[in-house]
Amino acid sequence: MAGDAAEWNDQGKAERFKALALPHLDEIYTLARYLLRGTSDADDAVQECYLRAFRHFETFRGGPIKPWLLAILRNVCHATYAGKTRLVYAADPAERDDVQVKPIWREDSDTPEQAVLRRHESETMRRLIGELPAEFREVIVLREINDLSYREIAAVIEAPIGTVMSRLARARKLLREAWLAAEGEGKSS
Amino acid sequence: MNCEEASVLLHALIDGELDAGHAREVEAHIAICPDCAAQLREFLEFGKKLTPAALRFAAPASLRSRIEGKLPAPRAVVANRRSVIKGFALGATMSALAASGVLVMVMRGDDERRVLGEVVSAHLRSLQAQHLTDVQSSDQHTVKPWFNGRLDVAPPVIELTAQGFTLLGGRLDYADAKPVAAIVYRRRVHVINLFCAPAPGSAKRAARMQSLHGFNVRSWSENGLDLWAVSDINTEELAEFGEKFEAALRQ
Repeated sequence: MAGDAAEWNDQGKAERFKALALPHLDEIYTLARYLLRGTSDADDAVQECYLRAFRHFETFRGGPIKPWLLAILRNVCHATYAGKTRLVYAADPAERDDVQVKPIWREDSDTPEQAVLRRHESETMRRLIGELPAEFREVIVLREINDLSYREIAAVIEAPIGTVMSRLARARKLLREAWLAAEGEGKSS
Repeated sequence: MNCEEASVLLHALIDGELDAGHAREVEAHIAICPDCAAQLREFLEFGKKLTPAALRFAAPASLRSRIEGKLPAPRAVVANRRSVIKGFALGATMSALAASGVLVMVMRGDDERRVLGEVVSAHLRSLQAQHLTDVQSSDQHTVKPWFNGRLDVAPPVIELTAQGFTLLGGRLDYADAKPVAAIVYRRRVHVINLFCAPAPGSAKRAARMQSLHGFNVRSWSENGLDLWAVSDINTEELAEFGEKFEAALRQ
């Protein structure tokens, strides 16, 4: 009977884990895409992250699960793909069709011209974020895209909050400068 | 405070991460320093270009199924001889428990827990599948009639914009294998799903706050309806939502 109970618990655990962790798949995948170069590495890292998280699900102590998963993903990226995390994220035009992100509630609708401009803008922004040095890239992604608080970011990157603040300030400065430079190029060409 | 400190802290100010004391200090510096004031304006402006939805990547469907495939499958019962014998053993235990009346009580508790799990899952699904609303409107007179004929109950749809909860729309959902109305509200960036299921003859039941998987659920019953408000906002704000909703309903 003991084995039986364990088996049932295991299935309960898997279902709980899926209900809790899978809704964050896009967010975890997003961080992986920005940290690693290439989609196949990102796929493998995210899969490894979820399997690791499931194995250690007992150690999850409640609260929001997203920072916990992001921390595991970051460890996977650093352990498995050390060296690559500093590589530049390269936008591959062939992958663009897998990008189907819509806001949860609709914003004011764009005219087709605005929509094209907006898409162009977000592609540029993705590229520029990808080109930031890794330590600045990760805080930008965790704050601006994954929407973590400073405390959560500090836990994910295992650094004091003061470091989070100064890195984020520097990251935004670098990104804004790169954005202005790119905008200047766009206008002069 | 000098400019060097302010240039770092103004980001924390933008992100709402400063306590009142520090926020005042930064604001005081910005009031007298045109350079830092300009920086604050520039970064506020730049922040508008960093829209999370546009910068996110969608995980390929193949990745999702690969991960699901590696996790233990739900209720994958292997029918070997051992499990059949175990089944008998379990059956006998269950009958003994049922006879003692213990099971009825345990099952009731389980039932509630299961329904709680289902409304939280429905909430998660609504965010995940980008299917938050079937009818999108902040006008209760548009949302309420939409449910006509779709449910055997007219769910209470109430505008609470003035109270800080924006009505986003409504959706037909399922919980406990029954169709339920989901009325969707927004509080800042947080979504609140209010699920309504007909519960004929059910007594008025005072609100109870529960938490599951990091989501808060406020459940109560009135006017022959079971209601669950599910969100990731904190319990105080969810309680406030429930109270305002109940108060508006009574008017």
